[in-house]
Amino acid sequence: MRHTFAVLVENSPGVLSKVAGLFSRRGFNIESLVVSETEDSSTSRMTIVVEGDNRVLEQVGKQLNKQVDIIKVNDITHEETVERQLCLIRVSADQSTRQEVLQITEVFRCRVVDIGRKSLIVEATGDETKMQAIIRSLRPFGIMELVRTGKVAMIRGERNKGK
Amino acid sequence: MVKALERENVEMVFSYPGGANLEILDYLRKSSIRTVLVRHEQGAAHEASGYARITGKPGVCLVTSGPGATNLVTGIAAASMDSIPLIAITGQVATSMVGTDAFQEVDVTGITDPITKHNYLIKDVNAVAQTVKEAFYVASAGRPGPVVLDFPRDVAKATSKIKEVASIDLRGYKPNLKGHTGQIKQVIRLLAEAKRPLILAGGGILGSGSWDELRQLAESQQTPVANTLMGLSSISLDHPLALGLAGVHGLPAANLAIQRADLLIGLGTRFSDRLSCDVEGFAPNAKIVHIDVDPAEIGKNVRVDIPLVGDLKIVLNQILEKLEPVQHQEWLAEIAQLKAMKAPSCRAEGLSPITVMESLAKVLPAQAIVTTDVGQHQLWSAQRLPHRRPRGFISSGGLGAMGYGIPAAIGAQMACPNDLVVAVTGDGSFQMGLPELGTAKEQKLPIKILLLNNSYLGMVKQLQDFYCGQRYAAVQFTDNPDFGCLVKAYGGSHYLVSREEDLSKALADFLADPGMAVLEARVAYEENVLPMVLGGNCLSQMEGIE
Repeated sequence: MRHTFAVLVENSPGVLSKVAGLFSRRGFNIESLVVSETEDSSTSRMTIVVEGDNRVLEQVGKQLNKQVDIIKVNDITHEETVERQLCLIRVSADQSTRQEVLQITEVFRCRVVDIGRKSLIVEATGDETKMQAIIRSLRPFGIMELVRTGKVAMIRGERNKGK
Repeated sequence: MVKALERENVEMVFSYPGGANLEILDYLRKSSIRTVLVRHEQGAAHEASGYARITGKPGVCLVTSGPGATNLVTGIAAASMDSIPLIAITGQVATSMVGTDAFQEVDVTGITDPITKHNYLIKDVNAVAQTVKEAFYVASAGRPGPVVLDFPRDVAKATSKIKEVASIDLRGYKPNLKGHTGQIKQVIRLLAEAKRPLILAGGGILGSGSWDELRQLAESQQTPVANTLMGLSSISLDHPLALGLAGVHGLPAANLAIQRADLLIGLGTRFSDRLSCDVEGFAPNAKIVHIDVDPAEIGKNVRVDIPLVGDLKIVLNQILEKLEPVQHQEWLAEIAQLKAMKAPSCRAEGLSPITVMESLAKVLPAQAIVTTDVGQHQLWSAQRLPHRRPRGFISSGGLGAMGYGIPAAIGAQMACPNDLVVAVTGDGSFQMGLPELGTAKEQKLPIKILLLNNSYLGMVKQLQDFYCGQRYAAVQFTDNPDFGCLVKAYGGSHYLVSREEDLSKALADFLADPGMAVLEARVAYEENVLPMVLGGNCLSQMEGIE
């Protein structure tokens, strides 16, 4: 099972290494981890995607909660969320294939952010399924380079800050 | 830093000096806090741990950067595994040098992350007072544990005008102390329904100081009490409801009671692998209630039917308020039969270490504090001593760190100068804790060391008996030093016994010795710790029990 944890942490040095160390020493599998400052500069938000069975996932939540630098742990897997990843893809595209590649990027509402003579850089945002679909569609042209962020997520609707 | 320590009512600091903690030591000299100079940093951590375990207050140790800090690691890890409140202050190179591989620089917070409850690198002198207060809070609150304060030299030299510190309010650490009333009702219902209830009392009882509540609970519900190694001394083994040690080397009554119980109430225990043995076959007939202040322990190792998070002192009182007394005559009659089954011994020729332990048990005053090292002697102590004084059995449980017993005895003796402190050790462990005899000598501590010398690393030899077809490798000391000479070099008295008929006099002389004393018992190496549950077996399958 794959779960997404939204983790609010103190924005102080060493917190990332504490969290990463916790995952590695307890044998939890991180699929992706994104961390950045929030609206309040004293806190950071980590979005961590973890793979594991129920028992492991329960431990992940509890062990995270134990850390003094971790303020709040939310398993948002079953919440209604908006989630996004960003992906940059350098795809082979010469004269003969460029049009087709551009059409695909349009279908997925990607942006072309750089054009070379033999390749394009495509910027794609979306959720996991969309990322996979784009990559699948572009692969036949030759993906020369690919970088992805992990997932960030936010629960939909109005939320009270204290919640 | 020193002022902040004084504010926390620190009595003494176990310390070893170096280039990076000169300033703190300089201020300590002028303070109300006693500086105890140790012989090895690992000793400092274990001594602070011994102090913490007998007093219930955080123990403090102070060392220099680099090797000073790395030498602490075993002691910090031991405290972490056993949930002991410890404050370890490490000197650090100046902040401008951090990260440059400077002389005696190591990444202390990085190294200690996995073995501390929390750690701090203090970069701002104005944060010192608040951080120290926070560290003491974190070390003691909820489930106790070690906290490291890494203190760069330039910060130690700087001065701060901060005088007042705010009360502690950590948004990331708010332990839940009061038990959930709904869950408490469930526990009370299960207790009323149970025909064969059993309490498994762990170290949490000692950490939270709730041994009186434990006894009241056991008596009112006529429920027997088994102990984890860390929970020993939470109930005196003289008590009719006490079953003693459970686990791999548990007493037959304790292990079998767990397997036969229909309700198992785990109090302040991790249900560690040494206790539970085969997890699938653990307490097969029981509903399991697990009460612990650390929610992460609940459901981690064994399945739990009723989880209850809270401080045991508070939760047990919440339960006791609502409890009706009950009787369990049939169950207790069965327990009485189980208790008649003694832990076996193979009674090798020569002086048996078990005889020595049983003789010690007979003459040990109720208020005595016992520390142990790690190995066979530890388990024999755990099984056979009466454990009458709450917190009076001090042993490295989770980490199983050899070399713990002597420094732990020093820490306990420093905390309780008028009490009898006996360190039980073996010839292997003794040689790991040896340097600290220098500390004991200097502090004029009358610690008593019972040294079971069989010229073997007996516990490993025993493992090789069971798992390696008695092919012994690297377990025999073929040419041990003359322990008598060693002890005398440290100003202690040395008593030697190798025959059973000399034992009682030797023990009496040893315990009555006014100073540091070692009773070296030359014992048969063939003796094993029984019963023993082999790997993969469940608690009822005990080697040595028919």
